Amino acid sequence: MIPPGCARALATAGLLGLLVCAVAAAPVDENTVRAIGADLRCVVCQSLSVADSPSETANQMRGIIRERLAAGDTPEQVKAYFVDKYGLWILLAPPRQGFNLLVWIVPFAGLAAGLVVLALLVRRWTRRPAGGATAPGVAVDEAMRARIHREMNEMNR
Amino acid sequence: MSFPRHAGRWLIPLAVLPVLILLAYGFRTNPRDVPSPLIGKPAAPFSLRAFDGESLSLEALRGRVVVVNFWASWCVPSCYEEAPALERGWLAYKDRGVALIGVNIQDKEEPAKKFLAEFGHTFPNAPDPAGRVSVDYGVYGVPETFFIDRAGRIRFKHVGAITDEVLKRNVDALLAEPA
Repeated sequence: MIPPGCARALATAGLLGLLVCAVAAAPVDENTVRAIGADLRCVVCQSLSVADSPSETANQMRGIIRERLAAGDTPEQVKAYFVDKYGLWILLAPPRQGFNLLVWIVPFAGLAAGLVVLALLVRRWTRRPAGGATAPGVAVDEAMRARIHREMNEMNR
Repeated sequence: MSFPRHAGRWLIPLAVLPVLILLAYGFRTNPRDVPSPLIGKPAAPFSLRAFDGESLSLEALRGRVVVVNFWASWCVPSCYEEAPALERGWLAYKDRGVALIGVNIQDKEEPAKKFLAEFGHTFPNAPDPAGRVSVDYGVYGVPETFFIDRAGRIRFKHVGAITDEVLKRNVDALLAEPA
């Protein structure tokens, strides 16, 4: 069947359109189809991309991607077509602009804040009490030292 | 820097609160309830071959109020629930400048024809074998029903089984607009 882009080219440019059409009809790179599909949400699935879903709908969507690429659309134009029809919802990753930036910034800001809190806590836990140079805890005197020696010797026997 | 000594006592519950509120909100909303960006935009033209062999084109219906219903024979129970209402609506409005088109998506011909025979649909129905029309209309599930005004713009979209009441209300609203 004639891709819609070809029909358009033929209608507007006649013979020249046919030439454009023949050039555009070059085989579509399946890697490009996959790359576009990976960014699009399969509309009947929950959080699965068009590239990954085995559903019939995703299969048809891949067909439409292929068809649009064959008609001379760039990958951006193909994605824009789906966004036009479904809204930004169709993109698996929200674009990094406007309100959507929050989704990109908040997790990293949260992580950074968490690290700061952790650093402060660790510092507090490991800080030696003010003034004292020796470690807190039981002071080891001579009697204790002797007892430790004795008991270790017993263990080694 | 000093860290408030008993900060954990109130900081932790306080931090949990917004998360709980967000989850309480998030789990109550339907993930499929996505507003269509197509409302108010011109309806994408399409030409389909109906099950009875007739050719079916949106362009030919310009000047009429058009209702486009997307359905599938495997869509249980919604498509089965709404089928009688669609036929009733068609019989009530077909002579009043309203067209109803059924677009059968993600389906096989045999069960689709069985569905049509079961409900005795008399309005035109056509399969959309490559899914082009359903993507053009941003359809993400069945059933979905679109209401197109006389100027060819999509005005309302109904997700899920349609009822006599919803059909009547939307069609009447579009019929009431000046031609």
